[in-house]
Amino acid sequence: MIKLLLNRIVVLFITFIGITVITFVVINISPGKPQDMMDMSTRISFEAKQRLVKLYGLDKPLHIRYFNWFLRVIRLDFGTSFKDDKPVLKKISERLPATLLLNILSLGIIFFVGCTIGILSAMYQNKFFDKLTTIVVFLGYSIPRYWLAILCMIVFGIKLNWLPISGLRSVNWEYLPFVGKIWDILKHLILPVAISSFSGLAGLARYVRGSMIEQLNCEYIKFALSKGTQRKKVVFYHAFRNVLIPVVTILGLSLPDLIGGGFIFETIFAYPGMGRLGYEAIMARDYPLIMGIGTITAALTLLGNFIADIVYVYVDPRVRYK
Amino acid sequence: MNKQLVIGIIIVSILIFTALFAKFISPYDPIQQDLTNRLQPPSLKHLFGTDELGRDVFSRMIFSTRVSLSVGIIAVSIATVIGTILGLISGYYGGKIDLIIMRLVDIMLCFPTFFLILMVISFMKPSIYNIMVVIGLTSWPGLARYVRGEVLSIKEREYVLSAKLAGLGTSRILFVHILPNVIVPVIVTFSLGIGSAILTESALSFLGLGVQPPNPSWGNILTSGKDYIHIAWWLSLFPGMAIFITVVGFNFLAEGLRILLNPKEQ
Repeated sequence: MIKLLLNRIVVLFITFIGITVITFVVINISPGKPQDMMDMSTRISFEAKQRLVKLYGLDKPLHIRYFNWFLRVIRLDFGTSFKDDKPVLKKISERLPATLLLNILSLGIIFFVGCTIGILSAMYQNKFFDKLTTIVVFLGYSIPRYWLAILCMIVFGIKLNWLPISGLRSVNWEYLPFVGKIWDILKHLILPVAISSFSGLAGLARYVRGSMIEQLNCEYIKFALSKGTQRKKVVFYHAFRNVLIPVVTILGLSLPDLIGGGFIFETIFAYPGMGRLGYEAIMARDYPLIMGIGTITAALTLLGNFIADIVYVYVDPRVRYK
Repeated sequence: MNKQLVIGIIIVSILIFTALFAKFISPYDPIQQDLTNRLQPPSLKHLFGTDELGRDVFSRMIFSTRVSLSVGIIAVSIATVIGTILGLISGYYGGKIDLIIMRLVDIMLCFPTFFLILMVISFMKPSIYNIMVVIGLTSWPGLARYVRGEVLSIKEREYVLSAKLAGLGTSRILFVHILPNVIVPVIVTFSLGIGSAILTESALSFLGLGVQPPNPSWGNILTSGKDYIHIAWWLSLFPGMAIFITVVGFNFLAEGLRILLNPKEQ
């Protein structure tokens, strides 16, 4: 089992290097170099420009620059933002908790609601509930998430005035009592979390339904039922355990989508997370910040997949004893 | 013919018809401003209302169909060609080539693709051609992995072995004997892919990185919708609805084709 995990770690590490190489190359071969920005100021002399190019190592060949950058990243040094000279790591760590909060909540909801819907539609196959959820799931799969966000903002935020539509805290947050503070954050989280989980739900619920139907038709289920085990126990204990295994992998693979979706999503809700920071960084061509966010996002995704692998080994004895 | 296929074909044909005859259907010029009629709610004169520059939203949406459909179809064609060929090669040759291609697939699948697209697009001049190419170049890995899996089992079958024995060239075996057996999932993925490519294009236009104003696109009408969210709900509702229906149409088409072409499921 340890060998298996070590093997996975090596693969993940190679993948991580691959992702950083792609990001680095894409940034560096795309038109518009950082030193071009200096041309806009006419007062800068040729010598001064050369000095700056040298300072940032922009005169070195691409692979050497990547190598230098990688050596610094291992020490968690992502450099400083072009925009305000703040360390990139500090800017990201300010925003990371909000993004993690949003994504972990969404993943949790996707998991519980998706599995419940899937199991129920499998149990009541082709009944009204099943047909209804099939349609809802299909629509959820096709709906543009940011459009849904705007519609919900109009309905719940502006017309009904039930929920706040931007940010994570109200203006008067500082002055609220403790319970009020938590309630305020929760209220701000309802719309982003609900919408972000809605579209992820679709694929999972559909998958769980399909595999549950397959499992429920197996011999061991018929045996369990005929020896008098309660139907509830058979469904949730026997059948669902076998469905759970691939679900873990699917959740792991849905991470990049969730985080990637955050870029547009967080921008709409003015949510103070890493996605909006990434969008702003891209718009401002803040190279160190873009590289930093790309790297951290990739690392988080890979970490998520690694956790999924560990859980996989844990829930499936067949993998453990191979 | 199943229900999904019929609905899919109807929606997609209406879209294609709209795109082809946009000039004749649209009641107004999509970029003609009319500042005296700014932000008018939907009425008989302006079916879906007008935007912040007095342009007719209905006409703008009709012309947007062209952009969205062409981005979807071309981007997915690029992705399908790359994905199918890499999948065929990877599965057929195996060994080191397979290892390298599959590692690349893993890397791409672990990467938030939208971030990559956003990054590349923001560094280039915004144009729909760039968007087509970038979406195409980033959305092939899933298909490549699938095709590879199919080829792995097909290449052991007797008709492939006898084709080899008969001395046929590799490219002939791959494209004439193996490809037809994986074509069903390829076609289904193609249709599904168009839906998601259109979603990506509209998201990019929404962020201001896609179709540039004054040219219309569902995404950039939604941008106005977001800007005027407090007063003009119609700017948000209708373009999003159009994207939604389009994606539903292509997804239905994919689902219908899958059922039609898989005799086992009928």
